[in-house]
Amino acid sequence: MCRYFFIMDVEILSRIQFAFTIAFHYIYPPLSIGLGVTLVIMEGLYLKTGLKVYEDMTRFFVKIFALIFGIGVATGIVMEFEFGTNWATYSKYVGDVFGSALAAEGIFAFALESGFLGVLLFGWNKVSKKVHFLSTIMVTLGSMFSAIWIVVANSWQQTPTGFKVVGEGLDARAEITDFWAMVFNPSSVERILHVWIGAFLAGSFLVMSIAAWYLVKNKYHDFAKRAFAIGLIVALISSYAQLLTGHASAEVVAEYQPAKLAAMEGHFDTSAKADLYLFGYIDKANEKTHGVAIPGGLSFMVHQDFDAPVKGLKAFDPRDRPGNPNITFQSYHIMIAIGMLLIGLTSFAGFLWWRGTLFEKRWLMIAFVWAVFLPQIANQVGWFTAETGRQPWVVYNLLRTSDALSQSVKEGQVMFSLVLFSLVYTLLFALFIYLLNKKITHGPGGASEMHSSRQQDMVEELTGNK
Amino acid sequence: METFLGIEYSTLWFLVIGATFTGYAILDGFDLGAGAVHLFLKKEESRRIAINAIGPVWDGNEVWLVIGGGALFAGFPKVYASVFSAFYIPFMLFLVALIFRAISIEFRSKEPMLWWRRMWDVSYSISSIVIALSLGVVLGNVLLGIAIDENGNYQGNTLDFLNPYALLTGITTLALFMMHGAIYLVMKTEKRLYTKLTLIVRDTTVGFVISILLLSFYTLLYVPHLTASIKSNPWLFVIPIAMVLSTANVARRISQQRYRLAFLFSSINIALLLVVVAVNLYPNIVLSSIDPAFNLTVQNASASSKSLGILLTVAAIGVPLVATYTTFVFWTFKGKVELDEMSY
Repeated sequence: MCRYFFIMDVEILSRIQFAFTIAFHYIYPPLSIGLGVTLVIMEGLYLKTGLKVYEDMTRFFVKIFALIFGIGVATGIVMEFEFGTNWATYSKYVGDVFGSALAAEGIFAFALESGFLGVLLFGWNKVSKKVHFLSTIMVTLGSMFSAIWIVVANSWQQTPTGFKVVGEGLDARAEITDFWAMVFNPSSVERILHVWIGAFLAGSFLVMSIAAWYLVKNKYHDFAKRAFAIGLIVALISSYAQLLTGHASAEVVAEYQPAKLAAMEGHFDTSAKADLYLFGYIDKANEKTHGVAIPGGLSFMVHQDFDAPVKGLKAFDPRDRPGNPNITFQSYHIMIAIGMLLIGLTSFAGFLWWRGTLFEKRWLMIAFVWAVFLPQIANQVGWFTAETGRQPWVVYNLLRTSDALSQSVKEGQVMFSLVLFSLVYTLLFALFIYLLNKKITHGPGGASEMHSSRQQDMVEELTGNK
Repeated sequence: METFLGIEYSTLWFLVIGATFTGYAILDGFDLGAGAVHLFLKKEESRRIAINAIGPVWDGNEVWLVIGGGALFAGFPKVYASVFSAFYIPFMLFLVALIFRAISIEFRSKEPMLWWRRMWDVSYSISSIVIALSLGVVLGNVLLGIAIDENGNYQGNTLDFLNPYALLTGITTLALFMMHGAIYLVMKTEKRLYTKLTLIVRDTTVGFVISILLLSFYTLLYVPHLTASIKSNPWLFVIPIAMVLSTANVARRISQQRYRLAFLFSSINIALLLVVVAVNLYPNIVLSSIDPAFNLTVQNASASSKSLGILLTVAAIGVPLVATYTTFVFWTFKGKVELDEMSY
C-alpha cells in the first residue's frame, strides 16, 4: 500500500482528493434541499391547520436540518478553495466562464440560505409565524438556487457553449462570449432538474426512514404517520419524475458526449446495434462487455429504432476514451437499478396507503428505515457516472484533466492534505451519525435540548472551580 | 477594457473584491474575535450566551468569505490560481480550522457533559484563533510579495510563509478581531458577564494598539515598497490619520461605555486598514518577490471585459438584496441575548 502511495503522482492524488471531498460533501446538500422542501410542507400545514403535531414536526426536523446544513457548509467551503489549490491551471482556464456562475451562486444562493438560516433556527420567538415560514421558504430556495449555479458550472464543463478560446499552450483560456448561452448550455436544465429531484428523494427518504423507525418502535404514532405521508407524497412524485429527467439527461449525453454514453453502456462497436445492459462487466483489455442485455435496447433508447447504430468506444482514440469505463458502467447501472427500486417501493407504499393498510406492514416499515441509503447511493453513483464518463477531459474536448493541475504543488503536499481530510472527515462522519442518531432517539416534542447549565454553574460555584 | 463612470471594469472589480473582503473582515471579524476570547469566559452559562450571541449570524458572515473567493476566481482567475496553489498547506490548515469551528458551534450544545462542552469550547476558540492568524499571515505575505514566476507559479518553500512580517500581520489581525469581537459581545450581554467582558475589551484594545504600532513601524522601516504610493501622493496621508483617529475613538467610546459607537469605530478601523492595503497594492494585486515584471496586476490578471461586465451586473443586482436581508436578520436578533429552547 505504502509503495503505491509513493508512486502516485500529483494528478491521481489530486483527483482522489477532489473525488473524496466532493463525494463526502455531497452527502449533505441533497439532504438539505430535500429536507427543506418537506419542512416547507410541514410548516405550511402547521400554519394552515394550527395542529401542534405539525409544529412539533417542523421543530424536530429543523434541528436535524441544522446538523446537516452545518456540515454541508463546512465541507462546501473546501470545494471552492480546492479549485485554486489543486487545479490552478484549470482555474486560470475556466475562471472567465466558470467564475461568474460561482460568484452568482455565492451572492444569490449562499447569502440567501445562510442569512435566513439564523431566523429559521433561532427566530421562533423573535418573528411572527408567517415570517418564520417565509424564512423556511427562503432557506430552501437558497439551497435550490445553489444547486442551479453549481450544476450550471459543471454542465458547462460537460457541454461547453457561449465562450471562445484565447491564447495557446499554458496561456490558453476560455473567455465568455454569451452569458445566457453558458447558463443554458445543452445539458444544464436537464441536469439541474435531475439533481433537484435526486435531492428531494434523499430528503423525503430521510423523513420516511425516521418516521418508519418510530412506527417500528411503536412510538409517536400520530407524528410518525403524518410525517411518513408527507415524505411518501414527495418521494412518489419524485421517483417517477426522476425517470423523465434521467432519460432527458441521457439523451443529452448521447448527443453531446457519445464517448461517455458508450462507457455507460459498455458499447464498443459502432456498426453493431447497441445493446442495453441490465447488468454486466466491461473487459477493457479485450474491448468486450459481458452481461445480460436487451439486444438493440440502447439503439432504441437513443434513436427509437432497434437497429440504428450508436457510436461505440472503438470510434474514439484510446487517449480520448474514459479511463475507467467499468466505474462509469457500474455506477450508471447501480443508479438505474436504485431508481427502479425507488419507483417500486414508493408505488407499493402509496398503494397500501390508499388502501389504509400501509402502517400495519411492519416489514415494509423496516425496509423504509434502511431505504434512506438508496437515494444517497444513487446520487453518489450518478455523479460518478457523470464525472468518470467525462474523463479524460475536465472541460469536455477542451482541457484534459492531466493538464489542469497546479504547477507548483508537489506530491507530498497533496498527500498531506489527503491524509488530513481523511482523518477529519472520518471524525466528522462519526460525530454526525452519533448526533443524528441521538436526535432521532430523543424524538420530537418538548424542550429537547439538554441544557443543565444552571446546575453546572451551581456545582462550579460550590467547588470554587470558576 | 470597457469603462463605467470613467473607471475600467477591472479596477471596479478590484474595488468590489476589496469591499467584499472588508465586509467579511467586519462581519466574520467579530464572530472570530468572539471565538478567540471565548476561553476567557469561565462559566458554562457565560460561554453559552457568548456562543448564542453569534449563533444566528456567524454562518451568514462566513458567506462573505465564500463570495470573496468566488469573486476572486471570477474576476482575477490568475490571482486566485496563483495565491491558492502557492499557499497550499496554509490554506488546507485554514480549511480544517473552518470545519472545526463550524462543527464546534453546532455540536457543543448537543450533549450536557462538562467534558464534551469543554472540548468543543477549546476547539471553537483555537480554530477561531487559527483562522484569524492565517488570514493575517496570508495578507502579510501578499503585502510583502511572494515568489511567483512569470506564469504565476509559486517557486518558494512552504515554510517561507512564516516570516516575521507575515507573523506580525497575523498577530495584529488576531488582536484586531479580538477587540472587535469583545466589543460585540459586550453589546449583546448584561450583568456580571457584561462587566467581565468590559475588562476583556480593555485588555484586547491595549493589545491591538501595541500590535498595530509595531506593525506600522516595521512596515515603515523594513518594507519601503508598501509606503511608496503614500509618499508619492501625500494627500493619501489622510487615511493613516483617519486610522489613528478611529482607533483613538474606539478607546474613547469604550471608556465612555458607549459600546455601539465603539463597535462602529472598530468597524471603520477595519475598513480603513483594508483601504490602506488596497491603496498600497493597486494596481498590483500580488507582488512577485522574484521580479516585479512577474507581478499580477489589475490589468494582466483580470478576466475579460465581457466577463467583468457580467460580474458587475450580478453584483449590482445581488448586493442590494443581500444587504436587505442581512439587515433584516441582524434586526431580528438585535439587543441582548435571550436563551430559549432552540438556542445552542
